Amino acid sequence: MKKAFLTLLLAVGALSLTSCGSGGGENGEVVVYNWGEYIDPDVLTSFEEETGIKVIYDEFETNEIMYPKVEAGASEYDVVCPSDYMIKKMIDNDMLAKINFDNVPNAKEYIDQQYYDQSKEFDPTGEYSVPYCWGTVGILYNKTMVDDPVDSWDILWNEKYADNILMQDSVRDAFMVALKRNGASMNSLDEAELNAAKDALIEQKPLVQAYVIDQVRDKMIGNEAALGVIYSGEAIYTQRENPDLEYVIPKEGTNVWIDSWVIPKNAPNKENAEKFIDYMCRPEIALKNFEYITYSTPNTGARELIEDEDIKNSKIAFPDLSQYDNLETFSYLGEEGDALYNALWKEVKSE
Amino acid sequence: MRSILRKCYIFLIFLFLYAPILTLIVLSFNASRTRAKWGGFTLKWYVSMFQNRAILQALSNTLLIALLSAFIATVIGTIACISMQAMKRRNRAVIMGITNIPMLNADIVTGISLMLLFITLGLRFGFLTILLSHITFNIPYVILSVMPRMKQLNPSVYEAALDLGASHIRAFFKVVFPDILPGVLSGFLMAFTMSLDDFIITHFTKGPGIDTLSTKIYTEVKKGIKPEMYSLSTLIFVTVLILLFLVNHSPSEHKQS
Repeated sequence: MKKAFLTLLLAVGALSLTSCGSGGGENGEVVVYNWGEYIDPDVLTSFEEETGIKVIYDEFETNEIMYPKVEAGASEYDVVCPSDYMIKKMIDNDMLAKINFDNVPNAKEYIDQQYYDQSKEFDPTGEYSVPYCWGTVGILYNKTMVDDPVDSWDILWNEKYADNILMQDSVRDAFMVALKRNGASMNSLDEAELNAAKDALIEQKPLVQAYVIDQVRDKMIGNEAALGVIYSGEAIYTQRENPDLEYVIPKEGTNVWIDSWVIPKNAPNKENAEKFIDYMCRPEIALKNFEYITYSTPNTGARELIEDEDIKNSKIAFPDLSQYDNLETFSYLGEEGDALYNALWKEVKSE
Repeated sequence: MRSILRKCYIFLIFLFLYAPILTLIVLSFNASRTRAKWGGFTLKWYVSMFQNRAILQALSNTLLIALLSAFIATVIGTIACISMQAMKRRNRAVIMGITNIPMLNADIVTGISLMLLFITLGLRFGFLTILLSHITFNIPYVILSVMPRMKQLNPSVYEAALDLGASHIRAFFKVVFPDILPGVLSGFLMAFTMSLDDFIITHFTKGPGIDTLSTKIYTEVKKGIKPEMYSLSTLIFVTVLILLFLVNHSPSEHKQS
């Protein structure tokens, strides 16, 4: 018994040594830090086969968890994929390297100009980021349960749907809804506007069934609520599961979010990082990722390749942004701004 | 009347304990991807789980780290107990206190301080750093379960063995070790389970390209946890259940008790 146990341990130990012993590929390695479930795993394998660069892949859950890991320098990453406002924060704190776009020809050729324009809000010079995924925030509603026309954030304040409304349980998303409804900017730092938004959220609170994040998707599919605030990437998936659901971008405008590739300043393999980003911008690769993630791709080449006409022309996946003149992207508000928002949000939640 | 109430109470307690696990097991057979809809019975998540390289890699990392760290911690912890046994009562109390602190300490403090230590030492974050930190937080649990056994030992037996001509090492393995073995084994199992379900410390000490099950599941938060994870958790639960059953019903245990 004891001998068997020891043999087992030795075998396991030997196994671990062999599995740890693998070094870089023939052309070095690239260390990628991306959102969880945010890439088709086959793409990584095909990149390795084609370039001989070994991909070391790591995943994070939120921007806030990613930031200290990159900042602490415990591990050096070559490519990271943060969201808009976090990119601004990283640029402000001098953590990012400029991307040499001559090494990323696909990014220039296939990523639509309108996304670079939208990126100006957090990357004013456009030198630090290449858009990877993007989407909007809107209202998902159940056609069988809502008989009013849904085209405005106002409907989330309609008492008819008391206890049938789902709000996002995060500061910036919740305030975005209230601020936009009042016609203010969602990056507002104006105390009067913010207090008005806070009051609106408190007024709305009795009507809200729950403040949730992930569960919006499952609850809407299960007909547990009539209206919910949701990210567009999830909307396509919910519609597939429950055809009664419809997604709308309210006329007051909304949040356009962009997750982009960036290269940290301390990246040990900058050239490989640029090769990796370039590979991700290839139309057929971007298409594979789009099909896996279902979040909208900024890649025009990939959109051309989509075979399903419904998805190719889907208003959810590819809304015509020029229709709306009040779309915004979150920007980093500074520490004081963050504190102000958090304090007001606490008041709402504790009311 | 009273016994009915009693049964209801017990039933409620068990419901609280097992309802979440039961839900998970039922969902692992749900053909629909979402928990809101029952799409029929299926085993496809079990099939796709065994085809998912990332999940299997995380599983093998988890088991490997748990086994290795528990084994190394058991060796170190047992040796520590032997030397503590030879100490004066006061010194022993001091050492015992020192080893107890990391156990009571919040995981996040341990995790961050280990991370800072590894940065200072210039270690490359990866398998080794996770293993080191798991050994670190496992040692106190081993000491905790071996020490009581050690105290029950009759020191004269060991001395008698020496008198009869056994070497120190031989005397230890033939006389002392069999007596403390139950404590050592339970220390090993405790360390194994602690390592198996640790998230916070692993999160801070892991490097790119390596995931354990807990960190892997957590990264799926943004896009929703995949049903493959339900089936994996079900399998782990069933395995543990069978193990428990075997341990509690092994014939040798019966004779002893």
